[in-house]
Amino acid sequence: MTTYCAHCGQPGEARDHTVCDVQLVMEPPRFCTSCQRRMKVQVTPRGWSAACVEHGVLTS
Amino acid sequence: MTDILERAKTQVLDGGIGLSYDELVEVLQLPEDQIPELLELAHAVRMKHCGPEVEVEGIISLKTGGCPEDCHFCSQSGQFTSPVRSVWLDIPQLVKAAEETAATGATEFCIVAAVRGPDERLMTQVREGIKAIQEAVDINVACSLGMLTQEQVDDLAAMGVHRYNHNLEAAKSYFPQVVTTHSYEERWATCEMVREAGMELCCGGLVGMGESLEQRAELASQLAELDPHEVPLNFLNPRPGTPFGDLPIMSSQDALRTIAAFRLAMPRTILRYAGGRELTLGDLGTRDGLLGGINAVIVGNYLTTLGRDADEDLALLADLKMPIRELAKTL
Repeated sequence: MTTYCAHCGQPGEARDHTVCDVQLVMEPPRFCTSCQRRMKVQVTPRGWSAACVEHGVLTS
Repeated sequence: MTDILERAKTQVLDGGIGLSYDELVEVLQLPEDQIPELLELAHAVRMKHCGPEVEVEGIISLKTGGCPEDCHFCSQSGQFTSPVRSVWLDIPQLVKAAEETAATGATEFCIVAAVRGPDERLMTQVREGIKAIQEAVDINVACSLGMLTQEQVDDLAAMGVHRYNHNLEAAKSYFPQVVTTHSYEERWATCEMVREAGMELCCGGLVGMGESLEQRAELASQLAELDPHEVPLNFLNPRPGTPFGDLPIMSSQDALRTIAAFRLAMPRTILRYAGGRELTLGDLGTRDGLLGGINAVIVGNYLTTLGRDADEDLALLADLKMPIRELAKTL
């Protein structure tokens, strides 16, 4: 099953995502890793939540 | 000590008068080996004219994304292919964020919306949100809702908004390269209305957007002319999908020169670390900036990106023996 990068949304095997992994230290995920949909992301002073309409809500 | 630093010592440290545009250009051109001396002077100016206290603030995005404006640095513009989606925060979550912010010792909580200016729906949400926060949390509420009409300025003042943020963003001469959907003059007009209504004015900008050193000095001079209560200083964090998404990250040395120059332009203002410092300065640079003119921080996360852990910043302030400004002293 294909998984997707939470930062750029591209398939995990499509390219090297080392830079994306570094970015994700300082950014919430933007794409659902299961379906590639852009998620609705809310950042708060001490956390974040990211919602995929199909796969539910991730929280920090 | 170089000529410009000698003059700055006399004029700014001793006299409390900010440097001129030409003098700020000289400061921004100081060689790297002069930066420690520059930061030391800027810190002395801050300590003499502002004191050792640091003002701590948290920010929250009430309405994220989908903005009609085209600010080239911003991932929330609906005109770019940014991955940021539009989302609204509900009032219970807003109050929870205010409570979490107050728990850090912060005295300011700024509610931000990605809009050209607020419509009635947003004003209603802000009104209800501020009321709920005031009933639950002991913290000053600030807002950043874009350009305002006089009626909206008056409404926000009546709601008890303590401070209103509206950045100039860039020097007047560089502004058309940063934003094309509204003008520098429109921004300036909102800032003047805010101050005339009795709210504190928070007005800063971003550096590292491809502007020249002269334009950086110009921004500092124009902010000094506006004389805001607080100046948030952002360093560009290039966002994917935006026109500035491929710009290089500003060097830490240039960032530190800029911090010191802003302090020497505005000896008495609250000069706040805002977005991008983690990327541009890192942990060591963050410390250097606090010892080089900065006297306020945003703790925790930003609007769409994450910041340093709030506890790390609070520990750093304790290590530097810089007390957090208490709420009573801000009223």
